[in-house]
Amino acid sequence: MCDQTFMAATFGPCDSCGKASPLMNIYIKSEAINYCSFCVEMMACQQLQKGETLQSLKKESDSLKKKLEEERGKLNDVELHQVAEKVEVLSSLSIKTRRVLKGHGNKVLCVDWCKDKRRLVSSSQDGKAIVWDAFTLNKVSEISLSVFYFDSNAQNGLDNKCSVVPLSLDKNENLAAKKKSVAMHTNYVSGCTFTNSDMQLLTSSGDGTCALWDVESGQLLQSFHGHTADVLSLDLAPSETGNTFVSGGCDMKANVWDMRSGQNIQSFESHESDINCVRYYPSGDAFASASDDATCRFYDLRADREVAVYQKDSVIFGASSVDFSLSGRLLFAGYNDYTINVWDVLKGTRVSILFGHENRVSRVRVSPDGTALCSASWDNTLRIWA
Amino acid sequence: MSVLPFSAVLSSRMSTKAPSSNSVAHARRIVQQLKVEAGFERIKVSKASADLMTYCTENARSDPLLMGIQASDNPFKDKKPCTIL
Repeated sequence: MCDQTFMAATFGPCDSCGKASPLMNIYIKSEAINYCSFCVEMMACQQLQKGETLQSLKKESDSLKKKLEEERGKLNDVELHQVAEKVEVLSSLSIKTRRVLKGHGNKVLCVDWCKDKRRLVSSSQDGKAIVWDAFTLNKVSEISLSVFYFDSNAQNGLDNKCSVVPLSLDKNENLAAKKKSVAMHTNYVSGCTFTNSDMQLLTSSGDGTCALWDVESGQLLQSFHGHTADVLSLDLAPSETGNTFVSGGCDMKANVWDMRSGQNIQSFESHESDINCVRYYPSGDAFASASDDATCRFYDLRADREVAVYQKDSVIFGASSVDFSLSGRLLFAGYNDYTINVWDVLKGTRVSILFGHENRVSRVRVSPDGTALCSASWDNTLRIWA
Repeated sequence: MSVLPFSAVLSSRMSTKAPSSNSVAHARRIVQQLKVEAGFERIKVSKASADLMTYCTENARSDPLLMGIQASDNPFKDKKPCTIL
């Protein structure tokens, strides 16, 4: 006959999911685990170690986060701008608008230079992509696209695809017919870049992932999960043998990824709002980011931390895009207040402001040989500065 | 050339709140990721900064936007008009 009596909770909040429900009374190592029947099954299916609960995992992740901060803090022996005191102050730059490219019927959202250093391709909300000759201002070709987004706020008519259009110098060729759909996400595509070999395409998407595609077959080669919100921008590391890229998104994080394994190698969380653009420093050892929090930040990959913040009390509008000059000394940043600020990367000071656009600057890009900067704007034009 | 059909569609959907039945898996993934990041070999900021500075100064001379190049060499800058003496 059993004489013992003891209390058992048969109904109440589950230790694992927190919902009030009938509890299974299990004992693991004499410790009462009060889980609801669903969580007991989940525990069995997920082969939880004995006693591993949500709380223990949370505790472990908190202590790991603290340890990471400590480790990073130990190496923060000096600030970048302090080390940069040895460097000469920059003399004022004589950068001015040299060309204004008119031709788009609506906001210009995106621009990039061709490797030949004189052609540019730009895309607009008017549904067209135009290839320009930057020296002569001639339009080399005009391609109609079913949609072409790039603005994180423009959700209308985004078709979630990324297409590749081969460009040729033959004006008579019907380029639109050669357009090939390569990538497909479940939400808008925010950014894309060819990899070093030109045979693969890397895309970032509003669905929170990045993906690597084979251009020829359209096959998905690798996907990158880790962001907890829309990914707005990505950039490939400049090294010839490089296999990493950086992405930034609405979760305020910038993540560095290994392209082959899909692994998130490093993560940086210091922005206070969406990261609109990420761009590698020319040596590949660092990258900069532009954010809606009106700052641009500079992160060193080997030190694994933020090493500079480019901000001013007078700069209160979000930054949409950044790019480095050839030596990496200057950082050009386009803002929603219609200006482009030029920052001294090492000293952290602003060197110059470029005025001219009549609406938000959506993208800035330095030419491959570093002779000029191109900016795209919601005022329907592009400007070339040199 | 017709549009080639693509053979894979990414099916993940972003939700800001992970459903409670996935919270253990989610927490475990976070712990795994943090362990990977903790194992990273870092260098001191002083060394990293010095290297960044060296890169800048070494390449400064060949940076046209930084140094400014002659109008005659820059295809974007308008060349000065010739004066006939």
